[in-house]
Amino acid sequence: MTATLTAKPAPASHFAGPSGSRRFKNGLATVLVTAAFLVALIPLVWLLWTVISKGYHVVTSASWWTESQRGKTFESAGGGAWHAIVGTVEQVALCSIISVPIAILVGIYLVEYGRGAFAKVTTFTVDILTGIPSIVAALFIYALFISTFHGARAGWLVSLALVILMIPVIVRTTEEMLKLVPNELREASYALGVPKWKTIVKIVLPTAFTGIVTGVVLGIARVAGETAPLLILVGYSSNTNTDLFSNFQGSLPTLINDQFANLNHATGGTAYHLDANGNRVAGAVVNYAPDRMWGAALTLIAIILLLNVFARFIARFNKIAQ
Amino acid sequence: MAKSIEAKNLNVYYGKFLAVSNVNFTVAPNSVTAFIGPSGCGKSTVLRTINRMHEVIAGATVQGKVLLDGEDIYDDGIDPVAVRRTIGMVFQRPNPFPTMSIYDNVAAGLKLQSGRTRKADLDGVVEKSLRSANLWAEVKDRLSKPGAGLSGGQQQRLCIARAIAVQPDVLLMDEPCSALDPISTMAIEDLIRQLKKDYTIVIVTHNMQQAARISERTAFFNLSATGQPGELVEMGETPKMFTTPTDKRTEDYISGAFG
Ligand SMILES: Nc1ncnc2c1ncn2[C@@H]1O[C@H](COP(=O)(O)OP(=O)(O)O)[C@@H](O)[C@H]1O
Ligand SMILES: [Mg+2]
Repeated sequence: MTATLTAKPAPASHFAGPSGSRRFKNGLATVLVTAAFLVALIPLVWLLWTVISKGYHVVTSASWWTESQRGKTFESAGGGAWHAIVGTVEQVALCSIISVPIAILVGIYLVEYGRGAFAKVTTFTVDILTGIPSIVAALFIYALFISTFHGARAGWLVSLALVILMIPVIVRTTEEMLKLVPNELREASYALGVPKWKTIVKIVLPTAFTGIVTGVVLGIARVAGETAPLLILVGYSSNTNTDLFSNFQGSLPTLINDQFANLNHATGGTAYHLDANGNRVAGAVVNYAPDRMWGAALTLIAIILLLNVFARFIARFNKIAQ
Repeated sequence: MAKSIEAKNLNVYYGKFLAVSNVNFTVAPNSVTAFIGPSGCGKSTVLRTINRMHEVIAGATVQGKVLLDGEDIYDDGIDPVAVRRTIGMVFQRPNPFPTMSIYDNVAAGLKLQSGRTRKADLDGVVEKSLRSANLWAEVKDRLSKPGAGLSGGQQQRLCIARAIAVQPDVLLMDEPCSALDPISTMAIEDLIRQLKKDYTIVIVTHNMQQAARISERTAFFNLSATGQPGELVEMGETPKMFTTPTDKRTEDYISGAFG
C-alpha cells in the first residue's frame, strides 16, 4: 500500500492535504523571508570584510597600540593609534559614568513610578532627545561652556555632548527591558511583604539586568563613533594627551577624519627619510593614510565588539552567580 | 497564629468602575473557605482586598473594612507592606523568581523584608517551609538550582513554601490549581488540608469538586449582568451550599456547573 504524490488521496483519510494555493503561498513567503534576511546580511558582511581586510595588517603591528601619530605625515611609516584610543576611551568612559546611572534611574522612574503629567513630560523630553543630531548637541555644549563661560576646548566637553546622545538610548532600552519583567513577579514580591523599592532593586532589576547591560553597550556604541562633537569641542591632536580637561585630544573618529584628508595624495614620486643611522635616503613616496584610516576604523569596531563580549560575559556571570 | 477575617460593607473600585459591591463575610481561624462563582464576578478582586494587594493596581480603591482578628487593616496608620507580611498570597500561575535558586526563592521574603539573614536561621526556615509545602523530598538535593526549572506543580508548591516562609497568619490562594495537572492538583489539595492547622486559608476556585473536597465554608459570588458590580450571594457550610443552598441563583449555578 504505497501512495505516491500523484495518487488520489487514500479513501481511508478524512483529511485533504494542504491546497495548492496554500502551498504556493507558504513557499513564496519562505523565499521572501530568506531573501530579506540575505539582503540585510550582505551589507553587514561586506562592511566587516572591507574594514577587516583593509585594516587587519595595520592593527597587527605592535606600534599601533603603543605609539601616537606624533610627527608623522602621510608619507612617514610607523606610529600608531594610542593617542586616539586614549582619547576615545576616556571621553566615552566619562560620558558613560554620567549617563548610565541617570538613564537607568529615569527608565526605572518611567516604568515603575511614572504616572501623571511629570512622567508624560519626561517621556516627551526623552523622545525629543532621541532625535537630536550630534552636531546640535555639540553646538549646545559649545554655546554653554565656550561661548558663555569662555571655557577652552577639551575632551570632557565632548563627554558632555555625548551624554545628551547616550541618555535617551539607555532610557529607552531600560524602559523596554523593565516592561518585559512580568507584573506577576512584582506582585509575588509585594505579597511577601517586600516594599516597592526593594522589589525593584532585588527582583525587577536583576530580572532585567542582561537587557539593561545590552542597552548600555548599545548606548556606548551609539556615541563612540560620533565625530561632530569631537571636531567642535576638542579638535584633533596627533600627540597623546591623557588629560580630559585641557588641550586638544586625539580620538578614533578624528584620526579617521585626519587620515581621510590625506587619502588622495599622489604616490610614486621620490621621498626622503632618515634611516637608522641618520642618513638621508631616497625612496618612493608611500601614502600611509589609507592604511591608518582603515586601521582606526577597525580599532573602533573592535573596541565596541570587545565591549559587547564583555557585556555578554557580565550577563552570563550574573546568571551563574544566581 | 491563624487569625479570623471579617469583611464589612466592602465596595471595590477600579477607577470609577464599581467591580464588587457591599460584600460582608466572616472567616474563622484555621478554616478553609472557598470563593466560587462565574468569571468576572469579582472573586479575585475581593481576595486581593484582604491583603491590600488590590491597591497595587493604579486607580484601584476600596471602601469598607477588613478586620483581621478585629483590627481594621485599612485603618489610616496601617502600612500595607506590614499587612502583606501577615497575609500571604499564592497566585493562579506559579511565579517563582526566575533569577533565584529554589533556596533563594523560599528565603526571598525573609531576606528582602528585613536584615534577618542569619544563615543558620534561614536554612531552618527554608527546610521547614519546603517540608510544609510537601516539596522537600523532591528538591533537597538541588536547592541551588533555579526555581524555574521545576515542573508546574512543583513551582506552585515552591510558591506556597515561599509564602509560608514569612510565617503569615492567613494564606490567600487565587485559583492555585487552575494551571496544574490533576496529580499536582491533588498534591496541592492535600497540602491545603495540612496547612489548615496553622493558617486561615481562603481559596478561589473554579472547580466545585475542589471546593467541596477541601473547604468547610463556601461563598458564592455572582454578577447580575456584565458591567454590573459583582456581589456575594450567599455563604455557608460547604456541604449545605452544594446540596441545599438557600438562594435560587446558587442552586442554578451549582446544578448548571455540575450538570
Ligand atoms: N486590573 C483591573 N483593572 C480594571 N478592571 C479590572 C481589573 N481586574 C479586574 N477587573 C474587573 O473587575 C471585575 C472582577 O474581576 P475579577 O475579580 O478578576 O473576577 P474573577 O476573579 O471572579 O474572575 C471584572 O469586571 C473585571 O473586568
Ligand atoms: Mg480571578
